[in-house]
Amino acid sequence: MEPQSGDLPQGLEIFMNILFLSIPFLVLLLAYITGKVAEKRHYARIHEREGHWLNIPAITGKHLPDLPAVASADLVVGSVVISVDHFKRFLSGFRKFFGGEMKSYSSIIDRGRREAILRMKESSPEADLFLNCRLETSSVSKGKGKVVGCAEVLAYATAVRFQRTAE
Amino acid sequence: MTLTNLESIPGQSIVEHYGIVQGSTIRAKHVGRDLMAGLKNIVGGELKGYTELMREARQQATDRMIEQAGELGANAIINIRYTTTSVSQGAAEMLAYGTAVRCQ
Repeated sequence: MEPQSGDLPQGLEIFMNILFLSIPFLVLLLAYITGKVAEKRHYARIHEREGHWLNIPAITGKHLPDLPAVASADLVVGSVVISVDHFKRFLSGFRKFFGGEMKSYSSIIDRGRREAILRMKESSPEADLFLNCRLETSSVSKGKGKVVGCAEVLAYATAVRFQRTAE
Repeated sequence: MTLTNLESIPGQSIVEHYGIVQGSTIRAKHVGRDLMAGLKNIVGGELKGYTELMREARQQATDRMIEQAGELGANAIINIRYTTTSVSQGAAEMLAYGTAVRCQ
C-alpha cells in the first residue's frame, strides 16, 4: 500500500488551524500574566517611594496659616502616560455590558496618579513642601473603536523651600 | 523667571500685572513610537515614548509662555495652568497659561 500523500499536510493544516485559533487566547494569557506581574512590581515600587516622601507632603491648599519664611518657590511637573493591558481591556468589555465600577481601569489610573505625584516630588528633592498640587488626566489616544488607548496623568505644584536659620 | 501655580509668590510682593500669557504646541507622535506603543498596549504599563513626547511638548509650551512674558517685561508668571486636548487621532495640544507679573 502506498502511503496517503495528503496525510501529513492535512495533519499540519489542523495543527496550524488550532494554533491560529488559539493566538487570541495566548495573547490574552500573556497579557494577563505580564500585566499582573507589572502591576504588583509597580505597586511595590510606589509604596517604597511614597514611604520615602511621606514627610514632604504635596497639598492642594494654597496657603498654610503658619508657614515659615519662604526662600524659593518654583513650579514642578511630573507626568506619566499609562495604558491598560489587553486582558483588562477584554474584561472591560463584559463590564460595559453589565455596568458598574471598572476596577481594572481604576487601578491603572490610580497607579498613574501616584507615579506622577512621585515623579513631581522627585524632580525637586530639596523642597520642603509642595503647595497647590493639581492633578490632570487626559486621554492621549483612543484605541480602535471605543476602546481606551492610553491616558496621560499630569501632576504639578509649587515646590517651596523654607529659609534655613543659620546653624 | 519665577514660575508658580500659586496666586502670589511667597516671600515676594507683586508690583505690576501684565495680564495673561500663554504658550501652546500641537504635537503628533511618529510612526515608530506608535508601533511600539501598539505592542506595549498588549502588556499594559507605562508608555515611555509617549511620556517623553508629552514632556517635550509641555516644555515647549512652557518655553513659549516664558518667551511671551519676557517680551512684556515680566520677571515671574503666577497661577500657571496646564491643559491637554487631543486635537485629532494621534495628535495632542498642550497649553500652558498664566499671569505675567513683575515682583520684588
